[in-house]
Amino acid sequence: MNIQGTVIDYSLRLAEHFREAEPVFSRLSSGLLNQGRKKALAEFVRQGIPGRKNENYKYTNLQPSFAHDFDWIHRRDGADFRLTDAFKCDVPQMDTHLMVLLNGWYHSFQPKSGSQSGGWLNGSLEQVSREHPELLQKYYGKLADGGEDPMTALNTLFATDGFVVHIPAGIKLEHPLQVINILQAPASSFVTQRNLVIVEPGAEVKLIICDHTLNLNHYVSNSVTEVFIGEGASADFYTIQNQHNNTTSVHSAYFHLGRDSRLTTQTITLHGGLVRNNLNVILDGENGEANLYGMAFMDKRQHVDNFVRVEHNKPNCRSNQHFKNVLDDESSGAFSGRIHVQRDAQKTNAYQRNNNLLLTDKALMQTKPQLIIEADDVKCSHGATIGQIDEEALFYLRTRGIPEKQARLTLMNAFSYEVVRQITVKPLRDRISELVDKRLRGDVGRCHDCAYHCEC
Amino acid sequence: MEGKEILNGINLEIKAGEVHAIMGPNGSGKSTLANVLAGKDGYEITAGEVTYMGEDLLVQAPEDRARKGIFLSFQYPVEIPGVPMVSFLKTAVNEHRKFRGDKPLSAGEFLKLMREKKKLVELDTELTNRSVNEGFSGGEKKKNEIFQMALLEPKLSILDETDSGLDIDALKIVAHGVNALKSPETSTIVVTHYQRLLDYIVPDRVHVLYKGRIVRSAGKELALELEEKGYDWIKKDNANQP
Repeated sequence: MNIQGTVIDYSLRLAEHFREAEPVFSRLSSGLLNQGRKKALAEFVRQGIPGRKNENYKYTNLQPSFAHDFDWIHRRDGADFRLTDAFKCDVPQMDTHLMVLLNGWYHSFQPKSGSQSGGWLNGSLEQVSREHPELLQKYYGKLADGGEDPMTALNTLFATDGFVVHIPAGIKLEHPLQVINILQAPASSFVTQRNLVIVEPGAEVKLIICDHTLNLNHYVSNSVTEVFIGEGASADFYTIQNQHNNTTSVHSAYFHLGRDSRLTTQTITLHGGLVRNNLNVILDGENGEANLYGMAFMDKRQHVDNFVRVEHNKPNCRSNQHFKNVLDDESSGAFSGRIHVQRDAQKTNAYQRNNNLLLTDKALMQTKPQLIIEADDVKCSHGATIGQIDEEALFYLRTRGIPEKQARLTLMNAFSYEVVRQITVKPLRDRISELVDKRLRGDVGRCHDCAYHCEC
Repeated sequence: MEGKEILNGINLEIKAGEVHAIMGPNGSGKSTLANVLAGKDGYEITAGEVTYMGEDLLVQAPEDRARKGIFLSFQYPVEIPGVPMVSFLKTAVNEHRKFRGDKPLSAGEFLKLMREKKKLVELDTELTNRSVNEGFSGGEKKKNEIFQMALLEPKLSILDETDSGLDIDALKIVAHGVNALKSPETSTIVVTHYQRLLDYIVPDRVHVLYKGRIVRSAGKELALELEEKGYDWIKKDNANQP
């Protein structure tokens, strides 16, 4: 008997496509973006598409996501795309400056009506790389290390566009900046998006990033965002993920914090096939503060993985991680949180919590805290829980006449609220609370491609 | 408790307007009885029946029992972080109203009702701005139970060790609340270990529960006798019971 097997290595297919397509798409791209590609190719080929053998992707095997045939989107399109057509029923009125990206490409900008433009910059990566090469020279690729993560290498390999936000020193943006990322391609597609955010010393910005899919094609979306927060600056990052079940979404965010600066991130995963969020935070100046929150709701066979690393490089910094998951049906979740306190990062306060609610016997959660402490005068703690709905609380509510279904919903909302209440933009907090409630009722599932889309 | 028989041999008839006290030593099954009446999961009823207003009670879900007028005041009220008191209470009241076919109360109407009922047990307004029972002291939790009773206007109230953890002032307030809610249409079961509460909520009948059985029933004087002699004589009298 003769058995023949072929191991299909999709990473070779990607490298092959790069060699074919690069001469074309790099001509449209600036030298600044092109110069990193050679190194990225080597890094990607060396590591391959992450599977179970990659320790950092132990609980999230990305290889099956790449088995699908997909198109590449190497040029800007969408001249006839109108946001108002896509959001027919209910355009979110968040009182924000609005950036729209279509399939990873910067599409349009709509400033908050009546607001001053105020000397800050936003635009497409491609355009900024030509008009302000000094910004990219200074910042591009300085945090995102493809040698550590093949998905980041893959991003650098194909990066052509995304958004850039630059807030000069001392400018405090009054209104949040909302980014709507839309996936809507004529066929199943691989989407690369590369973003850069620079918040200069003393500046302040709040970013709201919403990920949507507007049709049912398969997508693999691989985005990288590098964020520099200067001395005494402040940045809020809210990410709301709402994509359909045939979407694989890998988002890697890299944050660098200077002295006395502050960062808050909130990652709300309402819906998605496979979602992997990498959050890398470097506290690189004294008295910096990073608060990282996450809340995910998964059902069917969905999967979410929040992978967090916080580097305490300097003394007197604070970091706080709190991630929660509600897992229904056969969904699965993973959380890895690493806190690394360097030798001279004395007086560090670093906390980490991961709480999970499993609604069925088949839902699965993997949680992995990691503390590496090289300094001797620090306060660090971590804790993880995996549990079911509190039956005592459920009974208490029911004895007051509240029907079981409603009581369960109330308790799940309460579980989520601990994270959601940390959102400081009140209209956004109210909106998210509402979406969370809808999600828990199963409404977002039915109207699966976009929570804003229809009130159905 | 898995496989353990907790209650066996309880015959009780409670008429409208009556107050019955259930007393007994620790572990006699008092709280189990209260929980079974309210519909808590985890107990298997192997024999017997409970008829409430002509209907079989034991087949009904806890929320249905509640809306038909059964109220359990918990021995250990549950803290539920993230569920605001006001929305919890409003939902509960409106579920009761819906069941009766009444229109739900508006936010304004509900707040007015809440203000009125809060006075009854002198509940601090600050507490109703919190999550359900979160950070409440033992006494505040018990007051909160009676406050909920006042809002929901039950027909049969089961007070499970409402006196435990209360100082004498709080005990008086809670008892005053219960008495004020009494009417010829309502009945009360007071489950207690001590006679003290019965000085303030005077029972029509007192039953002694021991090893899951009612071993003695009499008028209110039985409570005083127990206070004086303790439970030992009951235990001795029933030493031969399984």
